Amino acid sequence: MTAPAIPEPRPSAGYLAAYEHQVLLYLRNWRGSLFSNFAQPALFLLAMGVGLGSYVDKGGANATDGVSYLQFLAPALLVSSVMQGASSEGTFPVLAGFHWVRRYYAMYATPLTPRAIAFGQLAWNATHALMVGSIFCVIIALFGAAATPGIVWSVPIGVLTGMAFSAPIAAFMSTQRDTNAWNNIWRFGITPLFLFSGTFFPIDRLPELLRPIAWLLPLWHGVDLARSAALGTIGQAPLLALAHVAILLAMAVGGTWAMFVMFRRQLEA
Amino acid sequence: MATTSAPAQAPLIAARGLTKRFGSFTAVDAVDFDVAPGESFGFLGPNGAGKTSTMRMIGCVSPITAGELRILGLDPATDGPRIRGRLGVVPQQDTLDTDLSVVDNLVIYGRYFGLTRAESRRRAAELLEFAQLADRAGDRVDPLSGGMKRRLTIARALINEPSILLLDEPTTGLDPQARHLLWDRLYRLKQRGVTLVLTTHYMDEAEQLCDRLVVMDKARIVAEGSPRSLIERYSSREVTELRFAVGVQETLADAQLEGIGDRIDRLPDRVLVYSDDGEAVGPAVHARGLRPETVLVRRSSLEDVFLRLTGRTLVD
Ligand SMILES: Nc1ncnc2c1ncn2[C@@H]1O[C@H](COP(=O)(O)OP(=O)(O)O)[C@@H](O)[C@H]1O
Ligand SMILES: [Mg+2]
Repeated sequence: MTAPAIPEPRPSAGYLAAYEHQVLLYLRNWRGSLFSNFAQPALFLLAMGVGLGSYVDKGGANATDGVSYLQFLAPALLVSSVMQGASSEGTFPVLAGFHWVRRYYAMYATPLTPRAIAFGQLAWNATHALMVGSIFCVIIALFGAAATPGIVWSVPIGVLTGMAFSAPIAAFMSTQRDTNAWNNIWRFGITPLFLFSGTFFPIDRLPELLRPIAWLLPLWHGVDLARSAALGTIGQAPLLALAHVAILLAMAVGGTWAMFVMFRRQLEA
Repeated sequence: MATTSAPAQAPLIAARGLTKRFGSFTAVDAVDFDVAPGESFGFLGPNGAGKTSTMRMIGCVSPITAGELRILGLDPATDGPRIRGRLGVVPQQDTLDTDLSVVDNLVIYGRYFGLTRAESRRRAAELLEFAQLADRAGDRVDPLSGGMKRRLTIARALINEPSILLLDEPTTGLDPQARHLLWDRLYRLKQRGVTLVLTTHYMDEAEQLCDRLVVMDKARIVAEGSPRSLIERYSSREVTELRFAVGVQETLADAQLEGIGDRIDRLPDRVLVYSDDGEAVGPAVHARGLRPETVLVRRSSLEDVFLRLTGRTLVD
């Protein structure tokens, strides 16, 4: 018998197909999430920005870099919300992929590589972060909460920050069988970060001794970057901005690499 | 173990000394086998024998620990994606996407093999007919019965028109009607010349579907051949099952049965007598003054082969 000609699958086709699966899942199941994508930013801006802001602003605008509290809060809230969403996307779809639905195993029985499967998930998470961030940005504009057009930078910065969380969390969650560890990550990681990374008040309101800790808070890099871009102050500290980008990028790239390794390990186990 | 009937054509799958270890535990211990094109080949063995571990190595999703494995002439270690592109896989545990519809499950799967959307849709429609699921195309997967899910998984595994279809316990957990429906579909595939490799712990399934099989026990292959030849080699044409009253069975001395039939196996609840003429066993037993409560004569099956080879029954 002459051996049948066996084509070499194009790796790029696998990466795209894995992404396509995630898009299809969204297209078939988007209804529940879309409403909250719009409602959540509106509620946050209303309660925190407008409600709380009216008190803060009475104390003088210099408390918040010379802009209204709403404008001060908006870019930071966008980045924080995208980060939270991307963290969840790094968790539940991964647990479903390996354990609840086991769709990753179905994908691995095809020419797809563990890397393509991880890529598909991550690329979708980035897409989803982009959607959530864009919707948030539109709502900010509707609230008149944009200090300058620089607010649009919050969207890509939000996506980058989201990936800096989503990728390493996804790598870690691929080793987990349930949400126990995740509950702790949320309780002792995500929520404190949300509260203390300079989203609601400038980091220099923290006691002097605690301020350097901001550098260790990954969310702060995204929040500070987005805010300085939105308020037009980014030119005052270009090196700081560069450092923010570098740190977030390092987390996203490192997390992606970890995800590639862990996905392979889990799928081959 | 002597290898019988070496396939005439170059084998689609060739394993030599194939071994899988998890840490210090050996799940597959240096097994040898070949699968020829168009053949229907089975791994028969109890739970924990190493069937799934073997299938996952063949499926190129689990690296081999030692030995040699060639699939379609290629090495899984270096050509995994290329080989997987030519396989269809029905895993032991369902991996259908319960967040998608029946037809979506097939179409997206086709995309993994590089099919265009149109081609994938065309094949999906065809395969849903084959799997008798056309009327469920738009439904979610979750409410499908176990048998329907299995058929859908088989349909999905066929979307790339595979050279080899791997089925890991295709009918475990299904009711008899669903099993027969599935066997019928698999039999059609076999007739079309699709190479089937399946695992099972059901004797009847192995006898129905396999041209040739290996019996696996405790990580090793203990016998190999066609169902018929295995029965001829390790059993007899017929088996007579004798059931004695409670109390009698336990006190029965081996000597009381010696010389009846070719061989005797004593199970906790009955005595099996292997012979070419099962009908003659009853009178012979009576002639010795023994009074079994029931005497059942049946054709010998793979169950008996397994018992003979391992000293244990297959499904406990
Ligand atoms: N990933 C794994 N890690 C550790 N042990 C495993 C793993 N997979 C299977 N085993 C062990 O290997 C043995 C054979 O398992 P398996 O191949 O699933 O057998 P079968 O499919 O015949 O029931 C079992 O004892 C099982 O516990
Ligand atoms: Mg198994």
